[in-house]
This record gives sequence, C-alpha cells and structure tokens, in this order.
Amino acid sequence: MQTTASPEVLSQNVLEIRNLNFYYGSFHSLKNINLDIKENSVTAFIGPSGCGKSTLLRTLNRMYDLYPGQRAEGEIMFNGKNILDAKQDLNLLRARIGMVFQKPTPFPMSIYDNIAFGVRLYEDLSRSEMDDRVEWALQKAAIWNEVKDKLGQSGLSLSGGQQQRLCIARGIAVKPAILLLDEPTSALDPISTGKVEELVSTLKSEYTVVIVTHNMQQAARVSDYTAYMYLGDLVEFGDTEQVFFKPKRKETEDYITGRFG
Amino acid sequence: MNVPSTMTSTSSHPSQLNIPKMQAQETINMSLYASRKRTNLIGLFLSMSAMTIGLTFLLWILAILFFKGFSAFSLDLFLNKTPGPDSENGGLGNAIVGSLMIVVSCTLISTPIGVMAGIYLSEYGQKSKFSEVTRFLNDIMLSAPSIVIGLFVYALVVVNVKHFSGWAGTLALTLIAIPVVVRTTENMLSLVPVSLREAAFALGAPKWKVSLSIVLKAAKSGVMTGVLLALARVSGETAPLLFTALNNPFFSFDMNAPMANLPVVIFQFAMSPYQNWVDLAWGGALLITLSVLGLNIFARTFFREKVSV
Repeated sequence: MQTTASPEVLSQNVLEIRNLNFYYGSFHSLKNINLDIKENSVTAFIGPSGCGKSTLLRTLNRMYDLYPGQRAEGEIMFNGKNILDAKQDLNLLRARIGMVFQKPTPFPMSIYDNIAFGVRLYEDLSRSEMDDRVEWALQKAAIWNEVKDKLGQSGLSLSGGQQQRLCIARGIAVKPAILLLDEPTSALDPISTGKVEELVSTLKSEYTVVIVTHNMQQAARVSDYTAYMYLGDLVEFGDTEQVFFKPKRKETEDYITGRFG
Repeated sequence: MNVPSTMTSTSSHPSQLNIPKMQAQETINMSLYASRKRTNLIGLFLSMSAMTIGLTFLLWILAILFFKGFSAFSLDLFLNKTPGPDSENGGLGNAIVGSLMIVVSCTLISTPIGVMAGIYLSEYGQKSKFSEVTRFLNDIMLSAPSIVIGLFVYALVVVNVKHFSGWAGTLALTLIAIPVVVRTTENMLSLVPVSLREAAFALGAPKWKVSLSIVLKAAKSGVMTGVLLALARVSGETAPLLFTALNNPFFSFDMNAPMANLPVVIFQFAMSPYQNWVDLAWGGALLITLSVLGLNIFARTFFREKVSV
C-alpha cells in the first residue's frame, strides 16, 4: 500500500512491517500486514473492536511474547534488524520501544521511583542527574506542576488522569525511540483526555508515536498517519487527512462516516 | 472484504427505532417478588444464626480463658522458670523464651523458602507439570495432621541424633509453616493485575526484576499477612513439639538441647493433679491466645494499606 507522504515529512521509516501474520493459537488475527512507521510522526491505528489494532501494536515491542501460544511471522525491521528474530533481546527492545496501556498502571512506589524505575534499569545516573531526569520527564508529560511537591507520595494516590500522565512520563523517561500508546485515554475523563492528546502532539518532535484508539475524532486530531484495520486486515493506510476526507476504500469511508453520521 | 450491513447504512436516529412502550405495573409480578423477599429473609436468618453459633463458642472460650488464666498473670509468670509440683512463685519464663526462639527461627527459615516457592509458582511455573505437582503436594502438606509431621521429624532427626532438641522442633514447625506461606504468597501474587506486569516489561525490565520489585512489592501486605498467619498457626502447635523439642525444666538457650516451650508445658501441666501447674497451664493458654490474637490483629491492621490498582 503506497503512502502519499506530504513534502515536509520526508523523514525516514523507523519501523518497516513486512508480511506480518499473527496467530493466537490457531486463530489467524493479523493477515499479511505491510506498513511503514515514519520517524517523528504520530501514527494512529483505528478500526472496530477485535480488528487487530491492539494486537499489531503489541507485536511492535513483542509484548505478546509473554504469553505462550501467541506468535508472529514476517518481518518488522527496526534499526536494520528484524525484531521478530528469535535472537532479539526482548528487554533491550522494550527499552527502545516503550508502551503505555489503556488502564493507568502506576507501580506501588513513590511518584519519583515510578519514573526512576525504568531509568535505573539501563542508566547509571548520579542522584542529581536522576532528579533532573525525573523532573524533565514529568515536565514533558505536563504533570510536573501537579506533583512537584509530593514526589515522595505513592503513585497510587493520584487521580486516574494524573496516573496515566505519570505512566506516559515513565515511558518517556527512559528515552525510547518509539512510544506505543494502547488506547491511552479510554479510561479518562474529557479534560484528562485533552491533556494527554496535547501531550501526544508535542511528543512527536522527539519521539515516534504509535497510538491505538477507538475514538476516531481523536485519531483525526492527533495523528499524521492513520491505518484503518478490519478483521485482521490493513484496509487503508495513509495521511490522516487523506484517510478521513478522501478515503480510497469504500470500507474506510463507511466506517468513518458511519460513526460520524 | 466484507463489511457488516449495519455499517454501510448511516446509523438511524434513536427516535426512529420502534421500541414498544411497556407499563411498569404490568410487568412486575408481585407474588414472584414476595417469594424473593421470603427467600432473602430465610437466607439472612440462617447466616445470622451460623454467625451467632460461631461467635458464641469463640467468646465462651475467651471468657473461660480470661476467667481462669488471668489470675496466673504476674511478673513471676514471665520471669521465673517452671516450678516443681506444689511449690510457690513458679512461672513460664523458660517456656516463653523457648517458644520465642523456636518460632522466630521457624519464621526466619520458612519465610524466604515459602515466598520464593510462591513466586516460582505464580510467576515462573504457572501451568508447567512441575508446578502442578508442587501445588498438589503443597496442598497435601497444608492439610497434613501436625502429629504426623512431628513423628516424621522424630524419626528423621531425633532418632538419629539420639536426643530431643530445639532445632528438631524448629524443623517440624517449619514444615508446617512453609505450605501456608507458599499458598498465600502464590494467591496474593496472582491477584496482582497482569497490566502491572506488562507495564514493567514494557520498560525493558527483566523478569526477576518485575517479580521482585513490582509484583512482590504490590502484593507485599498480603504476603506479610500470610507469613504472620503462618506464624500464628505454628505458635500454638503442640503435637510436633512433643516429639521434637520435648521440654526442659530450666532456662536453656541451646537449640541443640531439649527446649521448654509453651504448648508442651501447657499440655503437661494441664494434665497434672497439681493446682499450681494447672493454674500456670491456664495462664500459658491465655498468653498464647493473646499473642496469636495480637498477631492476627496486627497483620490485619498494619498491613492493610491500599492494594494496587
């Protein structure tokens, strides 16, 4: 499927997905997916429930590997290497390709340690460097002002929307190349959702973001590229504007107008 | 590629849907509702009486213990060693010390083993054959009569070293405590939501780090409660100590020698015809009950912080 890249984003592909098939046991849930993710852009996966958009996201950091019986075939090229390769070190891969989940998942520790946990895994920072990193990540996630006076408090003491931004900050803090967001706002109220969306738009200057959402307005608002999936097939992929306003495929148009109308 | 027909048509407006209007009064079947209410009352009555019966006996036991045991409570009870028959000023000091030493060493040994086994079962083994067998054996151990475990340690240790000892008692109690700790640890860890594990893995954390720093930490209060409950269970066990630690009329801190301990002292004194021994047995029984009660209350209040998401 050819993408019509707009002139200003002639950036490189950071992920190249080729002939990707995915199976839950014997159930064939992703069928021959081909897709390029561009550097410093926001790519949205949309589609009805069960279409495979979350599954596709979970292959990108091999989260599915935690569960026996789930397997992927094909190629996902990242930095010149196929990450589906059995020899791929999963911990290193996930340190480079971070993920934020649907439900906020603060760790049972202080706000500070929630951020520092991931950083300590791969970096040996001094106390003051770590302080700076924690502040930087919380600033980026637009939550610093709300938590700067209570960094020692449990992450569980925050509200749902704050917890989710804490989780995003945690993902940013390890400075991954790509950040995967799996329906990051579906458990949030509209105000928190707005904050997270703003955040996503600012993140792309430094990160590549892939977001799964069942909210099409959200995809239209935050993403540069949109992939519409249905029953395990990638139906259409292209510039968000083009997919939403001039869809090439009838199915895409039906889905988009059906929900908007 | 197929798209369901509902998607091809633009969705119809809700007001156009033809939902038949129903009158509320007509749909409620009053006799059905009355029988529901009756069933509810009967259920409530049965469960309240079950609770009353249970509570009555518990309070009865506590009342008798207080009534008979409280008079034995004095400084002597804690400081003096067990007396001879019909003598003055005896206490349970040596048995208290012995019980503390045995139970504390039992806790120190069984906690790491039990918690690690629980982590294995919940985080690593899951559905493997090996862990299923372990789980099955653990359940058998959990319900094994404690006298059998006492006899086992007697045959294994006491017969071979040819004397009773505090260590043999510790071993017997450890065998009783480990299954409890394994079971509660596994249960508590499996209550930790999968999403929390995934979130840690998504940062590139290795499995051991996820298990120890995230999952175990999230289940910390539950695991500690399990350890304390095992401790409470073990501190009242008599049969296993009868065959292993036996008893000692003197103060002894030597874990290699027979050791006085509260349950066995209570058992021997309560069966004796001497009034001072019987009184001390009541005092010891009250002491054990209060410590176990205290441990339970401590476990339930102190570790009852917020459970994870």
